[in-house]
Amino acid sequence: MTIPFPVPDQSILARRDEIIAGLAMLLPPEGLIISEDERRAFETDALTAYRHVPLAVALPRTTEEVAAVLRYCHEHGVKVVARGAGTSLSGGAIPQTDAIVLGLSKLNRILDINFPGRTVRVQAGVTNLSITEAVSAEGFFYAPDPSSQLACTIGGNIGMNSGGAHCLKYGVTTNNVLGVRLVQMDGTILDIGGEALDAPGLDLLGLIVGSEGQLGIVTEAVVRILRMAEDARPVLFGFETSEEAAACVAAVIGAGIIPVAMEFMDKEAIAICEAFAKAGYPLDAGAMLIIEVEGSSVEMDAQLKRIVEIARQHNVQVVRESKSAMETALIWKGRKSAFGATGRIADYICMDGTVPTGQLTYVLKRTGEICASYGLRVANVFHAGDGNMHPLIMYNVNDPEDARKAEEAGMDLLKLCVEVGGCLTGEHGVGIEKRDLMRFQFNPQDLNQQMRVRAVFDPQWLLNPAKVFPLDGRDAA
Amino acid sequence: MTHDGNIMQPATEAEACDIIAEARAAKRTLGIEGGGTRAGLGRPISCDGVLSTRKLTGVTLYEPAELVIAARAGTPLSVIEETLAEKGQMLPFEPADYRALYGTQGEPTIGAVAACNISGPRRIQTGAARDSLIGVRLVNGRGEAIKSGGRVMKNVTGLDLVKLTCGAHGTLGLLTEVTFKLLPKPPAEASLVLDGLDDAQAIRAMSLALSSPFEVSGAAHLPMGSNGSGAVTVLRLERDAESLAYRVGRLAELLAEVGLARRIEVDESRAQWRDIAQAGPLAKAHGPAIWRLSLPAHNAARCMADISASLGARYFYDWAGGLVWLAVMPSDDAGALRVRHATAEAGGYATLMRAPDELRAHVDVFPPLGAALMKITAGIKSSFDPDAILNPGRMYAGV
Repeated sequence: MTIPFPVPDQSILARRDEIIAGLAMLLPPEGLIISEDERRAFETDALTAYRHVPLAVALPRTTEEVAAVLRYCHEHGVKVVARGAGTSLSGGAIPQTDAIVLGLSKLNRILDINFPGRTVRVQAGVTNLSITEAVSAEGFFYAPDPSSQLACTIGGNIGMNSGGAHCLKYGVTTNNVLGVRLVQMDGTILDIGGEALDAPGLDLLGLIVGSEGQLGIVTEAVVRILRMAEDARPVLFGFETSEEAAACVAAVIGAGIIPVAMEFMDKEAIAICEAFAKAGYPLDAGAMLIIEVEGSSVEMDAQLKRIVEIARQHNVQVVRESKSAMETALIWKGRKSAFGATGRIADYICMDGTVPTGQLTYVLKRTGEICASYGLRVANVFHAGDGNMHPLIMYNVNDPEDARKAEEAGMDLLKLCVEVGGCLTGEHGVGIEKRDLMRFQFNPQDLNQQMRVRAVFDPQWLLNPAKVFPLDGRDAA
Repeated sequence: MTHDGNIMQPATEAEACDIIAEARAAKRTLGIEGGGTRAGLGRPISCDGVLSTRKLTGVTLYEPAELVIAARAGTPLSVIEETLAEKGQMLPFEPADYRALYGTQGEPTIGAVAACNISGPRRIQTGAARDSLIGVRLVNGRGEAIKSGGRVMKNVTGLDLVKLTCGAHGTLGLLTEVTFKLLPKPPAEASLVLDGLDDAQAIRAMSLALSSPFEVSGAAHLPMGSNGSGAVTVLRLERDAESLAYRVGRLAELLAEVGLARRIEVDESRAQWRDIAQAGPLAKAHGPAIWRLSLPAHNAARCMADISASLGARYFYDWAGGLVWLAVMPSDDAGALRVRHATAEAGGYATLMRAPDELRAHVDVFPPLGAALMKITAGIKSSFDPDAILNPGRMYAGV
């Protein structure tokens, strides 16, 4: 594994006892983790190849405790890495040895549900799915639905601007958050936005969403909830080739149809997910789309009729509609467990570049070629409507040579995404994983402007400092 | 590049970089101008020169099957809308035309739509301009060309400077190219109208409609007298014809507990929503000052009762009550103290959209910020434009 971490600050490591004593004054005993065994539980996230045991772990219960911890760390020059549920695939929550982890797991309450205004106020450690669970009895849901939604927190979603399968229609986190309570590194508590649609001044909310814990720590959020459609129905479309499936996606959108989701799986992904979920995926297909439509049953029939016509023009082999709620759940289970199911058969790294959808066919072909050139298997499962690719590159984590190849293949794939007009990451974030590729997408002026904005919030670079921006060249900003 | 007196008109991004770099070196301030149709928006400023996007025009990318369009900032909005209409597509956020509001001529530009985050009634369903803007190119106050975002709709690479520049009113840089994601334009449209509701009933009706699964794309209430007639509450649906018929029927059933809804057809519906988008019911009278209040809809009726009791103002609601257009006499502070106090109590913010220059010079146009937010705002301004040469003071003193 080749991504470097900054050299730990020895003066901080030497002052560990003093720092722990200082933090202990601010938190109850159960809110501060100091033993090595317990700290080890926080050494990595879902990018498990990289591990660093943090100096200590603070688990505050209130915004005020978060502010007190940050104020202390600001005064004493201690770095802080925020953590929600630790499901980041890009290493966003991986600590460094000279930093404390600030975990938001104890801030886990839903504070207010406003059905007439269709907003929910939550603490940052509330899980994504629990928001929907809290409002579903009344027929509402929270739209962004990353695959990790059972575990991942709204704070982490805000940090990464998470997406999901349904954002083609409903947008990503930034389109569904109305306000945040943000604690700055110096302990200042700010409310940005609220229940109104517009907030005053510059769009700081839009800047904070997706800033990967580098501008401050979000402790509360106001999110929009939406009324569920009358009904939803996913349909499986099996094609002989990926080219046909990709062309079908473009044709559906070109015909003015925006299905609520269009998910793509290649042959390898179909086999892996079917073996795990027994969802009835077509094992002989070269590629599969899950297209979901919403509305009344008559509306869904009408929309599906048009989609099926288009699919037939693209030589679809199998069309299978969900006939029951159970079947619908199973179809989505197969898709949403793609990462976990892949993890059962091999170690993998998951890339997350987005490409213009017109380039899907080319990018899929090149993905296969690139991985084959390293002698690696790859499964493709992704959000086709928006071009957000998720190649899962399989390797053996115990074989350093294999691991190096996987990482290199992944970097080649991301460069490919940028070359065809896309970007390095569609929803997982830069983290450490893509940090050193940022120069492929941005020139020095672009990056320096971002870093100058970052410095307005955290001039000492104490917040999650190993992430997002290449380690060298920061002074020039 | 052309110089027309003190108006500089770069034809390329590189020329814009040169102009701004030279201005910075000479410590000359530049006012940024698009079509000039919203010149009355923001604090009045006087600059040493004008930097116009008039020659930065043209669609640079349009991929209908990818739902994306990019254009140079000075491209007239009408050109964008015509280009999209040919393929049955639209900008999702329904950018409002403020020519009636400001009594201006000329053509609104796509760059200004981004710079001022101009949205319309469909915002309740498909978001604001900031939600559809996925990429920008701009020249900052250091004369550097910067890009953020791109042409793909899912992109979390680096800090989202796209959002930051959207609605910054040109204070962070000159936008040179903007990229928006698109939606197909629904082939059919109709609205339901409820007559004679008071504000609280209307807001309840709009909340019911938006809490339904029928995807209402416009919800406005014109109280009695605001439109020269009785109170009307208007709810819009945009679908294909078959689905429209079904949903209009279902929505009318749902609203029966509030009142009997009548259906208006596409032409009347379009005219109605165009008028609402441009604040037509209030904008046409040129005397009054106009406020725009953004507030939680469930507090809006109480807030407006409070304001109208003391100011005798005319107003109407859009965004299901989350947006209020308010007309008051432009004397003293145009009611700023009352309006801002009541709006803040309701959890919202008030912007002085239209008022004589002298009034906008001494009343905060944009909602005042607390010290901590102001410090961040000033810091961000300085990070883009360290010598404050671009639209200085347009939003706040020094910003």
